[in-house]
Amino acid sequence: MPPPRSIRRPAPRVRTYPLGDTALLAELGTRLDTALNTRAIALATALKKRRDVRQTVAGYAAVTVHFDPDQTTHEALTAAIKRLAAKRPPMEEPGRLHRIPVVYEGPDLEEVAARLRLTPERVAELHSKPIYRVFLVGFVPGWAYLGPLPEELELPRRHVPRTQVPAGSVAIAGRQTGIYPLPTPGGWHLIGRTSIKTFLPDRDPPCLFRAGDRVKFFSSTR
Amino acid sequence: MTVVLRVVEPGLFTTVQDLGRPNAISAGVPPGGAMDRFAHRAANLLVGNAEGDAGLECTLNGPTLVAVHSCLVAITGADFDLRVNGQPVPGWTGIFLGMGDRLTFGARRSGGRAYVAVAGGVAGDRWLGSLSTYMLAARGGMHGRNLKAGDEISLAREFVGPVVSGRQLPERLRPRYADHTILAIAGPHIKRLDAESRSMLFGGEFKVSREADRMGYRLDGHRLATSGDELLSFGLAAGAVQVPRGGQPILLMADHQTAGGYPVVATVVSASMPVAGQLLPGDDLRFAEVSLERARQMRLSLASALAACRASSMTAS
Repeated sequence: MPPPRSIRRPAPRVRTYPLGDTALLAELGTRLDTALNTRAIALATALKKRRDVRQTVAGYAAVTVHFDPDQTTHEALTAAIKRLAAKRPPMEEPGRLHRIPVVYEGPDLEEVAARLRLTPERVAELHSKPIYRVFLVGFVPGWAYLGPLPEELELPRRHVPRTQVPAGSVAIAGRQTGIYPLPTPGGWHLIGRTSIKTFLPDRDPPCLFRAGDRVKFFSSTR
Repeated sequence: MTVVLRVVEPGLFTTVQDLGRPNAISAGVPPGGAMDRFAHRAANLLVGNAEGDAGLECTLNGPTLVAVHSCLVAITGADFDLRVNGQPVPGWTGIFLGMGDRLTFGARRSGGRAYVAVAGGVAGDRWLGSLSTYMLAARGGMHGRNLKAGDEISLAREFVGPVVSGRQLPERLRPRYADHTILAIAGPHIKRLDAESRSMLFGGEFKVSREADRMGYRLDGHRLATSGDELLSFGLAAGAVQVPRGGQPILLMADHQTAGGYPVVATVVSASMPVAGQLLPGDDLRFAEVSLERARQMRLSLASALAACRASSMTAS
């Protein structure tokens, strides 16, 4: 029997950098990679339990650590992070699965299809095929970075970002996809819209998605 | 709960703030809270509150407030010509307002944001553990919005301690808001700057542009050239100086985006955030690079100034 994947993967080398005197960035790698993201989430969860750590945010392949400078130092925390990162991460529980209806009628759909030499129907089909991972929750309330997007749909961001993107817009950029939770500026390509609200201000936590969750889009007429 | 103050004029942008909701950042919600946390804490301590009680943050020009019930207030932060019924009163000092007294903010001499604490704390909507107003989501504080004329400010709780006015933070212990030298530590992506841009960052003069609010300040003055591939997004912190394509640096403030993928070339140290929090469009500033050890000494010296507020509270009562 082949060994579980986590054994074959070597522990990543961690580098830490100060973010001022009360936070640091612990970088596990620079690739968009599910295994690195799993490690980042596990490290963020483990660090959050420490008394000298106030809050942690897992990024794609990094952890931002806000700490109490009266209880620890950048050096002491770096040593602790290196010890934790050398450990094998716990087997990740499969995250919750969200099924999200999308009306594939976004204002950029035709242009995206033309640039990718695909039909709009094929763009919708490719976008709704994978089960995406929530790599990172953040940027604005309710936003989650989902991926990896199929290679066939990879496009750089728009040259000129829109000053206002309607809430509920389903968008793609690079190997990522996401749902605009609030009317905000944005540079991603809008291929559809959803009626599902991802920012839930009257719930705690107020974001529908958590890092590590899974998301499946399906084509819908409303 | 008791209504203590009525808002006659709201000022340009006055919101209810406390020390924010630091735990919400993992859900993508900005930490929020007072831009100048030193002034916010000091105001609270001078009226006998806990340092994290909610108060008012008044930007650019202050409100006109009338006491509808007697109360003890302290105004800290930006230096205004403060008056009660037309008579000058000092800042950074506990002031007793009797029923009908009128507090006005006159000419502003330095700083951009004043803080008003009321003994008992200001009441407001609590959202994700904090009373801080977050306008984008229309939550927290005064129904998620800035104050308007006619609003009534209530106490969070009946103040039971002795009401003692005249507690004061000595001038020598207050931040020097007129000195816009902002101390910062080199950021994770400092090596993406070429030598010229690095010497511009730590040494050049910048100006807060018109695009400046509680989320952050876009800075004019120098374009910083960064190199390298696009970064994967990561969690950010208040005080981070990020450089988007185009090279115009952005200093992130209290309501900052919680994650992003632009290079962070510096982060303002906690002891300089009060001064940074006082800046307004048009203000000039410069960054000076410091060590973590220097940042620690400065943080301790601000902490001892706050301890002096507490001590003055004790001796005065």
